[in-house]
Amino acid sequence: MLIVLIMPIVQIILFGFAITTEVRNAKVAVFDPSCDIETQRIKQRIDASSYFTIAQNLTDYNQINDVFKKGKINIVVVFSKDFANNLLHTGDAAIQIVADGSEPNQASTQVGYLSQIFASYQQELLEQYHVPFRIVPNTKMLYNPQRKDAYNFVPGVMGIIMILICAMMTSIAIVREKELGTMEILLASPIKPIYIIFAKMIPYMVLSLVNLTTILLLSIFVLGVPPGNLFWLVIISILFIFLSLSLGLLISTLVSTQAAAMLSSAMGLLVPTLLLSGIIFPIESMPVILQDISVIVPARWYITAIRKLMIQGVDVQYVLKEFAILSIFAVILMTVSLKKFKIRLM
Amino acid sequence: MLKYLLEKEFKQIQRNPFLPKMILFMPIMMMLVLPWAANQEIKGIQLSIVDHDHSTLSERLIHKIPSSGYFKLTNISQSNEEALESIDSGKSDIIMEIPNHFERDLYTSSKAPIMISANAVNGMKGGLGSQYLGNILSNYSENLREEAGMISRQTSIPQCKIIPEYKFNPYLDYKVFMVPALMVMLLTMLAGFLPALNIVGEKEKGTIEQINVTPIPKSIFILAKLIPYWIIGFVVLTICFIIAALVYHLIPVGNLFLICIFAAVYIIVVSGMGLVISNYSDTMQQAMFVMWFFIMILILMSGLFTPISSMPDWAQKITIFNPLRYFMQVMRQIYLKGSGFLDLLPHFIALCSFALFLNLWAVLSYKKSS
Repeated sequence: MLIVLIMPIVQIILFGFAITTEVRNAKVAVFDPSCDIETQRIKQRIDASSYFTIAQNLTDYNQINDVFKKGKINIVVVFSKDFANNLLHTGDAAIQIVADGSEPNQASTQVGYLSQIFASYQQELLEQYHVPFRIVPNTKMLYNPQRKDAYNFVPGVMGIIMILICAMMTSIAIVREKELGTMEILLASPIKPIYIIFAKMIPYMVLSLVNLTTILLLSIFVLGVPPGNLFWLVIISILFIFLSLSLGLLISTLVSTQAAAMLSSAMGLLVPTLLLSGIIFPIESMPVILQDISVIVPARWYITAIRKLMIQGVDVQYVLKEFAILSIFAVILMTVSLKKFKIRLM
Repeated sequence: MLKYLLEKEFKQIQRNPFLPKMILFMPIMMMLVLPWAANQEIKGIQLSIVDHDHSTLSERLIHKIPSSGYFKLTNISQSNEEALESIDSGKSDIIMEIPNHFERDLYTSSKAPIMISANAVNGMKGGLGSQYLGNILSNYSENLREEAGMISRQTSIPQCKIIPEYKFNPYLDYKVFMVPALMVMLLTMLAGFLPALNIVGEKEKGTIEQINVTPIPKSIFILAKLIPYWIIGFVVLTICFIIAALVYHLIPVGNLFLICIFAAVYIIVVSGMGLVISNYSDTMQQAMFVMWFFIMILILMSGLFTPISSMPDWAQKITIFNPLRYFMQVMRQIYLKGSGFLDLLPHFIALCSFALFLNLWAVLSYKKSS
């Protein structure tokens, strides 16, 4: 039982600090056959940025393959010969960036940052030469100026933990009684079946509320995520907890062994929640079929709503759609599972 | 002795209504669906434009943007408030604001600002989006310069071409990145969860007592539990190889045999971990949750989804104790880069020591008397 209380804490800390896709200190190897003032300056720029550290100087172009195979270097920068001279006079200077495409995301981000470094260097040179028609972009990051990944992940973690604790644990707990035979005793007693169900659900509801509180406290005070619209955040979370409990109940009416309950809630709930709700992978990038499937994943709507309410801090009027969808889900699931709950044993 | 125990295990697996199906279908399902879903590529960024200038140059800039392919122009707003509201309601991700006198400034003072505001809840999307937009802008000013004919390419404008090249995966296909890692995940889940549930299952049913009263030594008992999962692991791996080759046309650049050697050691590592956990748990529910908890952390900290190099230093140190991390790197390096055994020797040693340690622990922690 302890683990259920510790899990959210560990997950929040993990997600908050360790699970990031930010580029930090990527190891750069440089092949610089010209070694002149300009390349020295550019290299200094690269090394000075917090994204990169220059880890190795290559002496031969053919070494590139080897350093990648050893897996110690993330990206290689190759300067063309006679760089400074070409840069200033012939316009033939070139920088080649060789990235490790086996990690596509990192590769494209790293290439982006390196190009930015080169571009700003070039921009400064242009500045000195008074070139016309310069458009200067003035960028502002809304809601998350430091671009912390935690802002993106915290709503997701909330979704996973709710599904896990409410749905998975409820279903297992009810099926366990079936498997052990104690359900028979309960059903034979004069207690109404609906009370049995509620008595099973309420402890898990309390547990998830405790977890919700710890998650919120941790993310606000440790991770520095803004609380946003706290009142509606809590309301919609309670709605989602209720929905997950009904899901768990539904599963428990469909299966008869604990192992089956675990596997079906893992396969039927956890995997879709992890993958199709936009926690790690943006829904817009998926193929259309999967985008359509993701519509029936309740966590998707919950997480969207939490992102809006918590991080963007918008008013409830912007999440009415998510609210409505979650309510419909909850009502349908609850009715179906209460209908299916068998009062008699086979 | 071992022979009879193995016979028992295989009969149990065979007669289980659930297990054989799962061993077959889970890898197939996951390998077919996951690589499509697991895509962190950023595209289709929704852009909202506020044009205060309404000049020829600003119009042309607006027309240029959709042709880049990164952006979907959602609306051209009249005011900043309207644009901000479209971000609040999730209709757009980035606002580009063209200020008053944009054209005049470009002609007279030769430089003009453009305001970009990105929704950075997803930091990567915001960052990349504004970067792409910046590229388009500098491209546009380049165009203007060329048109004005003010500068031929030979005069003294410092110029430098930047040529990116992506090794091992030239089109940055995300599936190539995910498929080898998925194999690791599947092996971990199947070869880790199933043994964890196994011994506890016997405890719950009470059949473990029957084994405890026989003269079977502890190590033989554990071995008899390990070997079936080792074989299951290889069945799963074979299915994965076939799907990877047929569906994703992904054939290891390196040696397939080398992958098998590493996998053989790795399955022993995770099964051993499952057995240790099941030795310490009393109910299946408990075993399941503990295992789930560990596997979740191990997977997240293995570099499967997010790179280890992005983690803070303390987290990077923790990953040294994560067997998944080593196998994940091995798979990607052999599959995509074709690394050889010598490149991966440290990984091999690490995995072997994990295997030895965890299985010794499993043998020692299995108590025949309660």
